[in-house]
Amino acid sequence: MIDKKRIRNWILTAISLVLLFLLLGYLNKHASSYVIQILNVTAIYIILTTSYNLINGITGQFSLEPNAFVAIGAYTAALLTMTPQEKAMTFIIQPCISPLNHISIPFLPAILIGGVVTAILAFLMGIPVFRVRGDYLAIVTLGFGEIVRVFATNAIPITNGALGLKGLKQYTNIWWTWGTAVVVVFFIVGLVNSSYGRAMKAIREDEAAAQAMGINTFWHKMLAFVVAAFFEGVGGGLLAHLLTTIDPRLFTFFLTFNLLIMIVAGGLGSTTGAIIGAILFAWGSELLRWMEEPHVILGIHTPGIPGMRMVTFSILLILLMIFARNGIMGRKEFSWDGFLGFFSRRILRRA
Amino acid sequence: MGAILKTEKIVMKFEGLTAINNLNLEVQEHQIFGLIGPNGAGKTTAFNVITGFLVPTEGKVYFRGEDITGLKPNHITKRGIARTFQNIKLFPEMSVIENVMTGFHIHRKFSFFEAMFRLPRFFKDESKMYHQGMELLELVGLTEFAHEQAGNLPYGHQRKLEIARALATDPVMLLLDEPAAGMNPQESSELMDLIRKLRDERNLTILLIEHDMKVVMGICERIKVLDHGEEIAEGTPEEIRNNPRVIEAYLGEARKVA
Ligand SMILES: Nc1ncnc2c1ncn2[C@@H]1O[C@H](COP(=O)(O)OP(=O)(O)OP(=O)(O)O)[C@@H](O)[C@H]1O
Ligand SMILES: [Mg+2]
Repeated sequence: MIDKKRIRNWILTAISLVLLFLLLGYLNKHASSYVIQILNVTAIYIILTTSYNLINGITGQFSLEPNAFVAIGAYTAALLTMTPQEKAMTFIIQPCISPLNHISIPFLPAILIGGVVTAILAFLMGIPVFRVRGDYLAIVTLGFGEIVRVFATNAIPITNGALGLKGLKQYTNIWWTWGTAVVVVFFIVGLVNSSYGRAMKAIREDEAAAQAMGINTFWHKMLAFVVAAFFEGVGGGLLAHLLTTIDPRLFTFFLTFNLLIMIVAGGLGSTTGAIIGAILFAWGSELLRWMEEPHVILGIHTPGIPGMRMVTFSILLILLMIFARNGIMGRKEFSWDGFLGFFSRRILRRA
Repeated sequence: MGAILKTEKIVMKFEGLTAINNLNLEVQEHQIFGLIGPNGAGKTTAFNVITGFLVPTEGKVYFRGEDITGLKPNHITKRGIARTFQNIKLFPEMSVIENVMTGFHIHRKFSFFEAMFRLPRFFKDESKMYHQGMELLELVGLTEFAHEQAGNLPYGHQRKLEIARALATDPVMLLLDEPAAGMNPQESSELMDLIRKLRDERNLTILLIEHDMKVVMGICERIKVLDHGEEIAEGTPEEIRNNPRVIEAYLGEARKVA
């Protein structure tokens, strides 16, 4: 009985994915490059929010790491794919250090190594932080973000300083971004719906009771943090090769802040919510872009106000915290059973 | 048959306050042992010391002959001591069955990689956890609530769920902190049957704290009485009932209330 349902759900998921990729293929051919860019950004946001939600929402450990981890993944992958010639041309203030200046590897291993490097740093950070209980994680990750920024700005032989890395090949396309997003969601949902996910949620709900269940809270927080870091690093690599230019200003705290808005809006602790939050943010912020542009409304000239988008988002976040603390999904998840149940009830009511 | 749990001269001090002073506890295998005493006597503190949530100021805890003093709570659970909490500590936003399945986590047979890639071993073990979890829910009589949120259960059911969840860790010994609190007479009589059943059918040793004298006198084979952190008596229910010091310090008061 349960197995039959599982097979049905898999078939439905497979069909949905085929439809999604057919749609993406169509858009990739016929949509404007502007729309394609937003689609790419949407998928990268999904990678980042579902990972971020794992540590922040599922495990309940308030962390502010994404901007730092995305930066590490982006720089690592970019430095690995750039050819020696490209490096020689880009590093104009000081030459790139050896052996980095000779290395050049393909895109896939480069973004995977970006993920691994990020995961290792997360692990090292986790050792002292998860030994103590309390909210040190937020402070340490916030500080780490600043360290990464200072490093990116000043370690010129490695990062090319404020000039950043330019002229990366645009390896990232719609197949890479959405393909990775689907794989990341697949992995994270698998983890969350397993015994490991229950252990993580148990830590969130009541840490002492989780310990009484024999759960090693240190290792499970670490697991959530390192897995999130790996995928955030991979997301960074994809982002770098989408934008083709990265510099320290790209990875300020605003990136983390935006991702926080997305997961809170979607419903902290819900992977479905993280995905919805990412989609709404990516498209919503484009809609709000016109607020920063000058307009003529009813014959009245309004000047463009730079920064209006951030103000609007902040206000939205505050309103959300006051009126809808649980976000769109709360802690609920999408399921085919729920989805089909919802529709069959509707049809029955009509009939 | 030797003592399965033994504490040796436990002292627990909290900045000036001595919550436990010189506690020597000896619980035999398969015994149902009661720990009673007035509010603030140090009973819960004793549980916290035994289960690793507190490190005693002085003294030792031995479980199956091994020194477990100062081990982390999760390690003590893995060695076979499970507990419930006086102030219920469920995972309120998780479902009832998920709460129980959390207890099986330490016995999982798959790695997190297998979960992420959803390999066969993951499905097999998950479905085993689910079915064993349902069996435990049946044992405590919560089958029909399996898919409800744990936090929405009435008080008495929450206490039963805590027991089911503790059993999922597959303990040798079970520590129950006021399991009958908030239960009506019918529920507490069912609870007594359950506790006896756990001892008889699952070979558990049970140490319990309880204020409900009917429960304590009804199921415990041996009882220790604490007052202000000091042991004031130990014996069979009959001996305790007739002990003048106990009547003065505790039972008298309990009777007045009752
Ligand atoms: N973590 C702690 N820090 C400081 N004092 C504590 C702590 N835990 C317990 N105490 C104190 O130790 C004393 C014993 O408390 P304990 O909870 O063990 O009593 P109890 O016998 O379980 O009482 P009750 O029947 O009310 O549950 C109390 O005075 C309590 O305030
Ligand atoms: Mg107590």
